[in-house]
Amino acid sequence: MNSINACLVLSATLIVVFLQSTAVGFRNIVGAQPDLLPSLVVYATLTSGLGLGTVTALCGGLCFDALSHNPLGISIGPLFAVALVIERYRGLILRDQSYAQFITGVAAGAAAPALTLLLLLNTDRTPLVGWSSLWQWGMVALVSGVFTPAWFLLFGWLAGLLSYETMPDPATPSNRQIKRGRN
Amino acid sequence: MLKRSQYIALVLVVLFILALFSQSDRTIARMKVAIGGLFLPLFGLARSAQTVTDRSLAALTPRAELEKQLEALQRENQELRVEAARSQETQKENARLREAFALPKLVPWRLTLAQVVGHDPANWWKNVRINRGSRDGLTNNLTIITPQGFLVGRVAEVGYTHSQVVLLGDPACRVSVLVESTREHGIIAPSESGPIDNTLVDLKYLSANGVLQPGQWVRTSGLSGLYPKGILVGQIVDSRSVDYGLHMEARIKLAARLNALEEVMVVWP
Repeated sequence: MNSINACLVLSATLIVVFLQSTAVGFRNIVGAQPDLLPSLVVYATLTSGLGLGTVTALCGGLCFDALSHNPLGISIGPLFAVALVIERYRGLILRDQSYAQFITGVAAGAAAPALTLLLLLNTDRTPLVGWSSLWQWGMVALVSGVFTPAWFLLFGWLAGLLSYETMPDPATPSNRQIKRGRN
Repeated sequence: MLKRSQYIALVLVVLFILALFSQSDRTIARMKVAIGGLFLPLFGLARSAQTVTDRSLAALTPRAELEKQLEALQRENQELRVEAARSQETQKENARLREAFALPKLVPWRLTLAQVVGHDPANWWKNVRINRGSRDGLTNNLTIITPQGFLVGRVAEVGYTHSQVVLLGDPACRVSVLVESTREHGIIAPSESGPIDNTLVDLKYLSANGVLQPGQWVRTSGLSGLYPKGILVGQIVDSRSVDYGLHMEARIKLAARLNALEEVMVVWP
């Protein structure tokens, strides 16, 4: 697990949860509050494996539930399930391709809230669900899909800024010619 | 099949979630407050940034515009003074009549201003966070209204510096109300249109022979004991007969704009 990447992802997790709680412009326009945590879990798992994916799911889920009316810890399970499934099929996902990142993000953005709702319906709380929830579900999945390649671009750029530049080895230049023969 | 490390991670996460769910409500509430406390600097920062922006915009407002606003406010102030004097007379008369008929005295509400600092990040709850908590004496179930006096909801969870307010239209916020002109009683429930629409709620369990007209005002009835009597909730949009004519339902357009809440008042009974 790259420590810079881990720090960046965990900082982004806190900021994302905070923004989801305070920025309501998108919700007022579209009628759905985007959930960026599934896309962050996708990014963390695809780039750094299940370790960072699990930590992101734990931190993100706990913070999300702390600022929400959700029972504490209910969002952790669905986010971890996303991380586990992605880790299971990590070798099959073309993680460098933007369209693969988008599709994975959409799937994660659709699965996480659906699983959370399923769990909530088995508690003593009654979530507000109606036909318009389908619209919200679609919007959340779509936004999650859009943000997944965006995380790859953003964190790639930030990691480039914060880490040492890789220098070519001067002893073995790439254009070195090996001459064989007696002369 | 999962690998061994994946099984270990799965077991650890499941154990962690089970440990959380097995805690008492009080412990969970404390943990929520503690984790929510991580965001207090960010909430403070956001508030300060907004204040600075507002002040900068105010500094840019032209003098002519400010003079126009001042004039309008002075006019409104004069009108409100006349109205206040008139309502003072009515209050005195009300008190005299209550004394004459041996009715209990009405206790005036005490109000505290609070700022809305956040909304529920989940799409299936209608909640907001306000910057008042147990430090300011808040307790669960206190009524929340807008500065204009329209019902918003009630306090659901109290932290040390912040509290969660459950809004009208959330399944956890049911209010006993009455139609102002006909005195019909009913219960405010979440709208069947779903979680997107924040302006409409349903008024249920009205009697079958009630006369409901669009535009009639709906106020809190005070029957539940949670909300003081007489707080304005909204206006009837339309009504229909349900359950084979056993009772009626109406759609209510809320007077408070729940999407645009910035400041609210906590009502102390």
